[in-house]
Amino acid sequence: MARITLDHVRHAYGTPRQESDYALKEVHAVWSDGGAYALLGPSGCGKTTLLNIISGLLRPSEGRILFDDQDMTDLPTGKRNIAQVFQFPVVYDGMTLRENIAFPLRNRGFPRAETEARVAEILRLIDLEGMADRRARGLTADQKQKISLGRGLARPDVNAILFDEPLTVIDPQMKWRLRAELKALHRRSGFTMVYVTHDQTEALTFADRVAVMHDGRIVQMGTPEELFLRPEHSFVGYFIGSPGMNLLPVRVEGGEAILGEARIPLGPHAEIPPGARTEIGLRPEMLRVGREGWPLVPLRLEDVGRRKILRAELYGHPLAVALGEDAEIPADPRLDFAPEALNLYAGGWRIGGGRIP
Amino acid sequence: MKPWNNKAWLLVLPTLVLVAFSAVIPLMTVVNYSVQDTFGGNRFFWAGTEWYEQILNSDRFWAALWRSLLFSGIILAIEIPLGVFIALHMPRKGVWLSVCLVLMALPLLIPWNVVGTIWQVFGRVDIGLLGRAMAELGVNYNYVNNVGDAWVTLVVMDVWHWTSLVALLAYAGLVSIPDAYYQAAEIDGASRWAVFRHIQLPKMKRVLLIAVLLRFMDSFMIYTEPFVVTGGGPGNATTFLSIDLVKMALGQFDLGPAAAMSIIYFLIILLLSWVFYAVMTRHDQE
Amino acid sequence: MLELREAARTVGGETHIHPLSLKLERGSLNVLLGAALSGKTSLMRLMAGLDRPTSGSVWFDGKDVTGVPVRKRDIAMVYQQFVNYPAMSVYDNIASPLKLQGRPRAEIEAEVRKAADLLRLTPYLSRKPLELSGGQQQRTAIARAVVKGADLVLLDEPLANLDYKLREELREELPKIFAASGAIFVYATTEPAEALLLGGATAVLHEGRLAQFGPTMEVWRRPRDLTVARAFADPPLNMLEARKEGGLLLEGEAAFSPVPPHLSAAPDGPCRLAFHPHHLTLAPKGPQDLRLETTVDLAEIAGSETFIHVERGLQRWALLAPGVHEIAPGTPLAGFLDPARLMAFDAQGRAVAAAETSAQSLVRGG
Repeated sequence: MARITLDHVRHAYGTPRQESDYALKEVHAVWSDGGAYALLGPSGCGKTTLLNIISGLLRPSEGRILFDDQDMTDLPTGKRNIAQVFQFPVVYDGMTLRENIAFPLRNRGFPRAETEARVAEILRLIDLEGMADRRARGLTADQKQKISLGRGLARPDVNAILFDEPLTVIDPQMKWRLRAELKALHRRSGFTMVYVTHDQTEALTFADRVAVMHDGRIVQMGTPEELFLRPEHSFVGYFIGSPGMNLLPVRVEGGEAILGEARIPLGPHAEIPPGARTEIGLRPEMLRVGREGWPLVPLRLEDVGRRKILRAELYGHPLAVALGEDAEIPADPRLDFAPEALNLYAGGWRIGGGRIP
Repeated sequence: MKPWNNKAWLLVLPTLVLVAFSAVIPLMTVVNYSVQDTFGGNRFFWAGTEWYEQILNSDRFWAALWRSLLFSGIILAIEIPLGVFIALHMPRKGVWLSVCLVLMALPLLIPWNVVGTIWQVFGRVDIGLLGRAMAELGVNYNYVNNVGDAWVTLVVMDVWHWTSLVALLAYAGLVSIPDAYYQAAEIDGASRWAVFRHIQLPKMKRVLLIAVLLRFMDSFMIYTEPFVVTGGGPGNATTFLSIDLVKMALGQFDLGPAAAMSIIYFLIILLLSWVFYAVMTRHDQE
Repeated sequence: MLELREAARTVGGETHIHPLSLKLERGSLNVLLGAALSGKTSLMRLMAGLDRPTSGSVWFDGKDVTGVPVRKRDIAMVYQQFVNYPAMSVYDNIASPLKLQGRPRAEIEAEVRKAADLLRLTPYLSRKPLELSGGQQQRTAIARAVVKGADLVLLDEPLANLDYKLREELREELPKIFAASGAIFVYATTEPAEALLLGGATAVLHEGRLAQFGPTMEVWRRPRDLTVARAFADPPLNMLEARKEGGLLLEGEAAFSPVPPHLSAAPDGPCRLAFHPHHLTLAPKGPQDLRLETTVDLAEIAGSETFIHVERGLQRWALLAPGVHEIAPGTPLAGFLDPARLMAFDAQGRAVAAAETSAQSLVRGG
């Protein structure tokens, strides 16, 4: 187990001529020992590049990577003492489940008794004890992925365990279970874990701290709650939550955000760079529809089972509101929200919020 | 139930006719010969299992069978590991891969009798490059007189001719392994041998099965090359079943015993191929 | 209208589809929902004519098309993998089915522009598919299927290989695109949330059998049996083994609730109760709510809501609570449940009565 330091890491495939040639623009982060972290972002955001740099499959063009205080930048994967679980299950078909899990231990010459005890423990953990002595061939995808996971957890001395979209091949219902098991495993094992995904639910539920990546940069690193309530960048607001945060263009004047006829009081905020686009961000979950507030033009109400999504317009700007499953829209509906629900953005970056009386 | 599409049968028909003429009818003719006796003049007498008994009781047959089996055994023992070894060390991309593929495909493109002729000339002590070189080096090499030299020449020739087929098949199996497997193995701290044993070999199993079957059937039936190079000699030292068969059928014109021998030959190939197949796919049925 | 009459398919002694009857109307969107290997793809292949049913028949607009091969039918298909012609531009990709139909050039141009506009591909028409993002590649494939003007459009998990956020965007657009065409759409997915977002009608498949078919919201709110309820629950359902005796519901020997009115028709005896995780709340919503004592196993915080795994005796349940709740494992926690939300199933898994909902909310808005 170790603290992972990414020291001003940059990476380009090929020789970079300009800033946009970098797949990873600049990442500087320190991940503490025993933490659960997630790298979240769309395809092409650089998250897989970063993961490969941590695992040692790629050497960064610039910067260093440290485990605790030891520089790992030039060490190959095999010497970094990490475990990794891949998107598609990797199992050794010809071996039994037991042998599969014992494999990384045997390769490193662990004593037999210790290996056996450890394997038994892991098999119990991944709930496959009953099948320990059958061959891995012909198992279902989620069983195979559990074995990959078990092999990752087998070594008691790893610096970190990396997960590369490990639940891709798992059915939705099984996902809920495996995700919770992973989280429980983290609690019990105390390994430093890094989880890479494009799925916000997986990232938020698994990790204590989530790094949201966009265009080769970490745009925000924070707890799930911070990412939800205070997205530092409008991309985070859009990417996290479904539907994502509503972004409405406003004019900022005299401590108020002006949207149509609405004048929304703002709290203290940083100076707005000249020419920057100003927007307010409102989470659909934090909006109220009732008889108070600004006039709302409802367009349609989508029933998605456990809740309803109201698509509406506020002074001509489209807006989504998340409502409970039994919600009804009153005649002449109005929109209201608490000042805490508001985030103010200039040029995409958060500069302030609503005025809290 | 309505047939799916009657026209489909028309498309299959030419193949059926071709197979009937090229395989089934000749085979039945051979069966016919193997149970009858003829003295020419198109007169046949029922012989029953007489020819079969004669063949199975002849030392000549068993000696030829033993030589064929030994030859196939040596060929498989050399070509399969060597082919896999070459495949493992082939470049994975770039110009060198193309160069490698072209070089390896070359021997496969040469006709059988030309291969035989090349080696026949190559090994000759009087004018052959190999034969002369060996003589210059003081090695007493002569495939015409020496049994060992004759065998070595045939084996080396076959290895030269066919190992690249095994290598290409094994290579195809290797490139189909996803990168994640190699990464996982590296992370698991697997040795080079463990990677081979637990990832590459299992993933190559299917293509290797094909390679083993092809090389076995082909080497067990080898005719042209030994016929061209050694003519079955010295003495009968390289007279394999195929050569013996031709000697019997065409040299001595013993059509009945030759037919019976063909059938036995055919059944042996069938049986051994099935055994190989069964042994190598055993694990899949678990 | 596409109709399957007792259509079944068996391959080598293994039944892929049990005899199944289904009617799909023109202009409808139909979701096939089921786990991997539940028979979604097999069923689509029967509909398309790629496979012939081993028994039963397939009808289209009143004509028996059972033996008619896919080439002679008017069908478009979109796959999980992005299938486009790599050497052709996006424009030519979309135009390809029209060119095959021998349509005039001007007409093709108009159709392609319309489809590209609908699928937001206009800026990329001159590019090659492999120069586009995954989402744009799949949009191209969908545009090609839409432009063909086929009677039947089959989409086999079309969004499975896309990023979460892209899926969300396309899901929102697809119903509009479908509504604009008059074809029968069939959309296979493993994700209950996707079926709910798409709306239309849903057929739940389980182990090669059609478990239930009806309007999506109707199936979700009134599952016919436990199989459907489970297949259509995301997150998974909470289960409670109980017994009905007279006017009481018992867990073990202890009565925990009077029988709610919607379950009054149920016979006395053992029954399996089920409810959705979001119906178990941290505070009572009314005087009728049941208080159910549990122990916290794990709390997963998902930003706007928290997914709390709890134990009650041998049962493992989950609560989906709005807001952020950090609760240590082992903490006792009371969950509240409106008994009107309970679904009940008999020993064979058949629904006794579905959870009560207001009639108004059954109608999908918009």
